[in-house]
Amino acid sequence: MDTLALKKTANEVRKGIVTAVHSAKSGHPGGSLSAADILTYLYFEEMNIDPKDPKKKDRDRFVLSKGHIAPALYSTLANRGFFPAEDLKTLRHVGSYLQGHPDMKHIPGVDMSSGSLGQGGSAAVGMALAGKLDGADYRVYCLFGDGEIQEGQVWEAAMFAGARKLDNLVFIVDNNGLQIDGNIEDVCSPYPIADKFKAFNFNVIEIDAHDFEQIDAAFKKARQTKGQPTAIVAKSIKGKGVSFMENQAGWHGTAPNDEQFAQALADLDKIGESL
Amino acid sequence: MADVKKIATRESYGNALAELGNEYPDLVVLDADLAAATKTGIFKKAFPDRHIDCGIAESNMVGIAAGLAAAGKIPFVSSFAMFAAGRAFEQVRNSVGYPKLNVKIGATHAGISVGEDGATHQCCEDLALMRTIPGMVVMNPSDDIEAKAAVKAALDHQGPVYIRFGRLAVPVINDRPDYQFEIGRGVTLREGKDVTLIATGLEVAEALEAAGKLEKDGIDAKVINIHTLKPLDEDLVVAAAKETGKVVTIEEHSVIGGLGSAVCDCLSQKAPTKVLKIGVNDTYGESGPATELIKKYGLDSEGIYNKVKAFL
Repeated sequence: MDTLALKKTANEVRKGIVTAVHSAKSGHPGGSLSAADILTYLYFEEMNIDPKDPKKKDRDRFVLSKGHIAPALYSTLANRGFFPAEDLKTLRHVGSYLQGHPDMKHIPGVDMSSGSLGQGGSAAVGMALAGKLDGADYRVYCLFGDGEIQEGQVWEAAMFAGARKLDNLVFIVDNNGLQIDGNIEDVCSPYPIADKFKAFNFNVIEIDAHDFEQIDAAFKKARQTKGQPTAIVAKSIKGKGVSFMENQAGWHGTAPNDEQFAQALADLDKIGESL
Repeated sequence: MADVKKIATRESYGNALAELGNEYPDLVVLDADLAAATKTGIFKKAFPDRHIDCGIAESNMVGIAAGLAAAGKIPFVSSFAMFAAGRAFEQVRNSVGYPKLNVKIGATHAGISVGEDGATHQCCEDLALMRTIPGMVVMNPSDDIEAKAAVKAALDHQGPVYIRFGRLAVPVINDRPDYQFEIGRGVTLREGKDVTLIATGLEVAEALEAAGKLEKDGIDAKVINIHTLKPLDEDLVVAAAKETGKVVTIEEHSVIGGLGSAVCDCLSQKAPTKVLKIGVNDTYGESGPATELIKKYGLDSEGIYNKVKAFL
């Protein structure tokens, strides 16, 4: 693993996020920025994928259950070469293939349409189950929001995955602590998250979502774990990398204006230069 | 029709899955703790490794089916209509319909003919719900032969399909050598010039019987079996309406959103015609033996006969 290269890529992914959301004049920058390092690691280090053959049969699959952070997924895919980065500016525009939430029918590299919270986990479980039925060795990854796991369907999926010992499946919770209405503990606390997944027979790993060494160790441990699915609870900072967005629930679903956009890019450029 | 062979279409569903298992190696069958009732247990016996019991979690089951389909499988998802179409509606809409995944939904125990379990389990809204989903094929076979043909047609069709099956044993009415089944193609079972009875599901047999009673009164009723509500065989419906001038729709489903609405949607645009919708009238069902309920709600041949007489 080249940690410096990953950090630089993640910073480019973040620039793509704010560029897309600014151009759309709507979208979800906060949770996109908090998940940028995990997504970068998955697509540049962990997953067996080929931008030239996005549907190849033995590929690893990724489901973005927290579909509203589509800008993060799109920016990662664009940086990985699935489609031109220039297209990110068409996000949420009429006629663009870059829909507000992931659309597997039209976007190269998107393995599952998602956006209605709580549903992605079940689809990921289905993919992992298909892999087991076929004796294939691909792996399946699914990213949830920490507010999203208030949805009961997440736990239906977790119960099934644990009961079926789907060790080719990794659930990741982007634990940035904030949802639209505020702090997740004030809205309807999902804590303790790790204990809940343990109770559903998951191998649970808690990490810092912005530390590539910890991310790397977690996914390696998941790969080695047999007879259990893995849940990675990744403590993150909502809005990570853009100073005025960090830890602000208000930036969950608000686009930056021109001035804020310039400031955001300046922040990220500064980070880039420091690497 | 006392000597006519009767089979519940849920039974036909289970048998068809088991019979087609070898021909369709990608077929997998999902159930939610109702394999004995939905009859997918018949498939499970033949193909234990390809039958997945998801437990009592229908929303998750539909999502798992979406994932299986995304990975190349052809999943048939099974539960009672209330839970497959009702509880999991949004999962069907967003995880299956929107991505146009190759998921088939085999929903049993539809309508008031569920019987004794009563209103909570008698889904009279499933056809309406499923019709609203873009790209969804919606079928409601009338007997054993048609139910099996519908399962095979669903497996050959690329994209989401909903098939409604019943709990009550119903007469086999399509047992003839020239029987053919095609998605979206209605079947004229009886010619007539005075009125067209358009029926679906177990009401097709009742409509045929009602036509016999009407004949004794000198009323010549055409009978059409619509096994596919979506896409609707509009050409057949329009031609029949123009030919007979009056149309009656008959379904074991709410009069809101099902066959009657589909026919009216079509005729109001293409051939405005007076239509009588016979079905469950914006109400819940209740407990009781299925045949008694069908009679009480005016959905037996006698009830149909009386309503058609009053309509004409």
